[in-house]
Amino acid sequence: MAAGPSTLPGRRSARRGLAVNAAVTAVLALAAVAAVALLLWVLAYVAGQGLRYLGPTFLTRTPPGDPAQAGGGFVNGIIGSVIIVGIATALSAPIGIAAAVHLAEYGGRLARAAGFLTDVLIGLPSIVTGAFVYALWVVNFGFSGLAGAAALFLVMLPLVIRATAEVLRLVPDDLREASLALGASHARTIVSIVLPTARSGITTGVLLAVARAVGETAPLLLTALGNDLFVETNPTHRMSTLSLQIFNNAVTGFRTAQARAWAGTLTLVLIVLAFSFGARLLGRRGIAHSAR
Amino acid sequence: MAPPTSPTGPSTDPSTCPAAAARIEVVDLTASYHGRPAVAGVNLKIEPRQVTALIGPSGSGKSTLLRCMNSMHLTVPGAGVTGSVLLDDVDIYTAKISPVEIRQRVGMVFQRPTPFPTMSIRDNVLAGLHLGRRLGRGSHDDLVEQALVRAGLWHEVKDRLKAPGGRLSGGQQQRLCIARALAVEPEILLMDEPCSALDPSATLTVEDLIKEIKQTYTVVIVTHNLQQAARVADTTAFLTVPAAGEPGRLVEVGPTERIFSTPRQQATEDYITGKAG
Ligand SMILES: Nc1ncnc2c1ncn2[C@@H]1O[C@H](COP(=O)(O)OP(=O)(O)OP(=O)(O)O)[C@@H](O)[C@H]1O
Ligand SMILES: [Mg+2]
Repeated sequence: MAAGPSTLPGRRSARRGLAVNAAVTAVLALAAVAAVALLLWVLAYVAGQGLRYLGPTFLTRTPPGDPAQAGGGFVNGIIGSVIIVGIATALSAPIGIAAAVHLAEYGGRLARAAGFLTDVLIGLPSIVTGAFVYALWVVNFGFSGLAGAAALFLVMLPLVIRATAEVLRLVPDDLREASLALGASHARTIVSIVLPTARSGITTGVLLAVARAVGETAPLLLTALGNDLFVETNPTHRMSTLSLQIFNNAVTGFRTAQARAWAGTLTLVLIVLAFSFGARLLGRRGIAHSAR
Repeated sequence: MAPPTSPTGPSTDPSTCPAAAARIEVVDLTASYHGRPAVAGVNLKIEPRQVTALIGPSGSGKSTLLRCMNSMHLTVPGAGVTGSVLLDDVDIYTAKISPVEIRQRVGMVFQRPTPFPTMSIRDNVLAGLHLGRRLGRGSHDDLVEQALVRAGLWHEVKDRLKAPGGRLSGGQQQRLCIARALAVEPEILLMDEPCSALDPSATLTVEDLIKEIKQTYTVVIVTHNLQQAARVADTTAFLTVPAAGEPGRLVEVGPTERIFSTPRQQATEDYITGKAG
């Protein structure tokens, strides 16, 4: 094309703009690919190591008394995780949802303070939570599954509150108004209209908090302590969890124990993935349903 | 006087119609947000079994005035009211009537259709009754049918009452909301731009419906569409903002034909001839 001298600089800068655009796009895409590749590598490595040992006995037996021996499994840890995380969820879900309703639906000074505290608690390292429960509870009553549940409760509570409050804010105000205009009270509107509309979003938030709690180790070291020897179902005694058994077996230095730790790691990853996928599925369906 | 039974057709069974349409009288009403009046000094009588339209430029306080009539205004944080709204001669702001009771007597339909997304069509219709705890469990088919018939939606949805309310078209959703409001058996129905989210044919359906339900209810409708006011309203009230920053004022009220043919105030004439607003 013939171009006058006056248009040349403009075209050159336009071409440069295109080149910059292409370069930026390439860099961003590369970063995304690198991040995904790294994650896949971690997952594949864990799967590769874990699958060597993961089998039916792993899910039905306790570890051998001598960690140097091969064989055995983490059934006591899995049961401990279910009990401890179960108690923590049973406490944090209702309390967290109720607090979030206050935060999002009532407002006021208390709600703002609670919202701020929630953000602080979310940022709190979980070892601090463990130390807190240790100082207040374990020092007086000893290590126990309940103490572990208390620590995980403190980890989960702010997550549940934040997630629920956010979902409640997504519920259109039109629906609240429509309910009030039909003669429903404020409380009735929350119970019958707002919470049902936000239900799948709230469930998603709780599931993500569970996924986070299942993987927690540090606060449990200071509270539930662990118990590699036998299946313990009484939460007033010290208890093992999946995460604690991974830690305990990994640090022994025996190859046999480390093989068990890898199988435990894979189990944990699968559990967390299951919760995350479940949360994701529900979340997608829920938002689509309630917003439209 | 209105004859005891509807002369226009057999579409509603008079024995199931609500007892009486109520009268509203707004006396020296000023409504404010955070201490700033949005509409001030309003005196307005709303007659039963009539459609009263509120017209006026954006921001003149039509919605605010309408929402004062069922005390929805006070659900907004920072909102305040002075003056009174008499519902059949009882002041809803001083008498000991709960807002819940007022809203059961004075229903409301909003600009955007708001079916409850978690509920079926049937449950949406019954929502007002369930929310007000006026109904036991059960299917209440008769109530559902009656409300949907009155809202002119029955034939379109009778085969899918269990489908979610959000699955309907916009016009159908709005009629579902009207059915939901009517199921509570209010005496008055307030409508805030009920057709502004609808296409022309759905608008005409809702307008026919309004003409139909005014046989048994008092209807107050806010609209930006002057033709609509002319088509459906018996009485029209014009509100405007006299000067920027001032609260909205009620300028003129009268029979719709008179307001559109020979307005008494210059502001009204400017508005309806398109010179202002
Ligand atoms: N929630 C609110 N908080 C503060 N001010 C408000 C609120 N709602 C309305 N206002 C103010 O009150 C005045 C009247 O508003 P209103 O919504 O009643 O007007 P309107 O006549 O219905 O307008 P439109 O035709 O645009 O719907 C406006 O100045 C508006 O800014
Ligand atoms: Mg309005």
